[in-house]
Amino acid sequence: MPDRPPAANQAQAGRTAFWLEPGKRAILYQGALLCLLGLLAYYLISNTLTNLERQSIATGWGFLDKEAAFEVGESVIPYSAADTYGRALIVGALNTLKVALIGMAMTLVLGTLIGVARLSTNWLVSKLAAGYIELMQNIPVLLQLFFWYAIFYEALPSPREALHPLRGLFLCNRGVVFAVPQPHPAHKYMLAALFAGVVLVYLLQRWVRARQARSGRGFPLGTVGAGILVGLPALVWLAFGAPRGMNVPELAGFNFQGGVTWSPEFIALLLGLVLYTAAFVAEIVRAGIQAVGKGQQEAALSIGLRRRQVLHLVILPQALRVIIPPLTSQMLNLTKNSSLAVAIGFPDFVSVANTTINQTGQAIEGVALIMLVYLMFSLTTSAFMNWYNRKTRLIER
Amino acid sequence: MSSLSRFTLSVLLVLLTTSGSAGAATLEEVRARGYLVAGVNGGVFGFSMPDKDGTWRGLDVDTARAVAAAVFGDAGKIKFTALTAVQRLPALQSKEIDVLCRNTTQTLTRETTNGLSFAHVNFYDGQGFLIAKKLGVKSAKELSGATVCVLPGTTTELNAADFFRKNKMAWKPVVIEQVSELGKAFFAGRCDCLTSDTSQLAAHRSVAPNPDDYILLPEIISKEPLAPVVRHGDDQWYDIVNWTVMALIQAEEFGITSANVDEMLKSKDPQIQRFLGVTPGLGQSLGLNDRWAYHIIKQVGNYGEIFDRNVGPGTPLALPRGLNDLWTNGGLMYAAPFR
Repeated sequence: MPDRPPAANQAQAGRTAFWLEPGKRAILYQGALLCLLGLLAYYLISNTLTNLERQSIATGWGFLDKEAAFEVGESVIPYSAADTYGRALIVGALNTLKVALIGMAMTLVLGTLIGVARLSTNWLVSKLAAGYIELMQNIPVLLQLFFWYAIFYEALPSPREALHPLRGLFLCNRGVVFAVPQPHPAHKYMLAALFAGVVLVYLLQRWVRARQARSGRGFPLGTVGAGILVGLPALVWLAFGAPRGMNVPELAGFNFQGGVTWSPEFIALLLGLVLYTAAFVAEIVRAGIQAVGKGQQEAALSIGLRRRQVLHLVILPQALRVIIPPLTSQMLNLTKNSSLAVAIGFPDFVSVANTTINQTGQAIEGVALIMLVYLMFSLTTSAFMNWYNRKTRLIER
Repeated sequence: MSSLSRFTLSVLLVLLTTSGSAGAATLEEVRARGYLVAGVNGGVFGFSMPDKDGTWRGLDVDTARAVAAAVFGDAGKIKFTALTAVQRLPALQSKEIDVLCRNTTQTLTRETTNGLSFAHVNFYDGQGFLIAKKLGVKSAKELSGATVCVLPGTTTELNAADFFRKNKMAWKPVVIEQVSELGKAFFAGRCDCLTSDTSQLAAHRSVAPNPDDYILLPEIISKEPLAPVVRHGDDQWYDIVNWTVMALIQAEEFGITSANVDEMLKSKDPQIQRFLGVTPGLGQSLGLNDRWAYHIIKQVGNYGEIFDRNVGPGTPLALPRGLNDLWTNGGLMYAAPFR
């Protein structure tokens, strides 16, 4: 009744049982659900502890400080069997990180190239790209890993008969061994110069943009930028008297000493992951570019923009908005797929954690650690991609 | 998902969900199921590997069959689960298998922190190195800088690390979970040498493309007492597995074989009468039929027969009895008294 006074309305509401009121009922239901979940968690945890106790399986995190006593094939930080399980796990995590970071960078470059090639007006290029995508997408990545790994140890000779295509570069079934510059104090300063160069180019680019918006005058940013990035470190190098000492690998006993070795496991893993994921990235890039209306491109061309400018100013800003979200999940896939390393013997985090679980018998802690580490990697990746996504979002008026 | 994670998860599931009180009674579970589930290697010739007809053959396989014969009086009531080194302990802990006969080394931590119990040793082994002849290496002490293929999750992995550490030599492990993949990588030259228990190295070599190109280095760097394993906390089941292995050894000592076991039933020796259940009692105290040992010997044979059939001089492995001979012949095989 519309003309009922508000007081009467309240009085009637007061008579309704509180569990019939939508708001309170929702709280009631959620409270009950929470209680149930809590009970379930309590049951699972207490049950697990009882079972562990009964089978006298050790629990707790104490094992992290114990001596690992097993060797890890490759490591970015110094490690020996005398170190702790904790350090072995860090070595594994860094190995995963190494593959993931290098893999992501290579995947982005390769995927973009193939995606653009797929759209090429050149029939052959476009069909080759399409063939690549179909082939790589449809073979399970684990098989691809086995394939690349087998190629390495079946096709390449032993270290004593290593292929030697360039001075300081060796290819054999122990991996790719290459010379690196001898450590020198100049390197620190060259790195600093590179950073300074990056900042300089960034500032230059802002200035170029502002000037172009103001006066319409262009600037050869690509050439000058590259000049700065290469030139500054080169100047520092010259200032230090151009140190040219190289750490050249040499065959000693069973294997090469000196230089840097990329193991077959690492290369096979990297190749497999990059070639597989790049196929998906290529499709994403193609879709992103095609999502930008054809009219946009034609309009941009008709007002006299060059092809590169059309790509930079019109197509990419709009395509990125479509590309970034699915790209994020591909980058996450690459990181997660890197755990297949176990199959070909690359000591990634899962591999080291497996050994740890096996030697200590503490599966629950080990699996919890694996989940935690991958969760951390994934959340960091997606946080970064989300930030970038917000940055490239189309700002609509 | 890799097979390892599957097993690790199954451990978690079992630990999470089974109720705490009902722990023991593996024997009842096995009887109710109607067959024994044994975890084996699956890739080591002479120890556990299916032959070309799909029948499982090997010393570990026969040890498991002996347990089935003891429990059911029928060595055929058994199913085998092939496990990798990394999977084996979780599979046992999570009750996927009743007994693990998979060249597993008895160690202190496996019995304590892993919560397992090792029965009597069924093969005394030691760790060695297999290497290509053409490398010209004569001793494991010359392996400095070598790349070594090794299975993960084994005592082998730890022993190798200890050995190289003790001798202050650098080395590079290549760790691959599947025995077959590891063998392939080694024979293709990915590693300079392969390290494992010598019996397994002999098995690897026997299936190599050209076995004569490889030699075993003289050093034995560890003790590897390989034994069947059960879970902690079920003493009756442990006794059954433990005394099954001892029965195999005792039968050889008594001179009882699968061929003469029926004759032996008429033996006047009171020890043999007790052993074969002519005088009842021993089987019952294990919770088994009194003829348990008779069934084992009749259907599987004694330890010597099992050894000769699978790894002995007449086989491609041609391993000498060595430590695995009876104590009366200077070996280590010694069963406690059956009384």
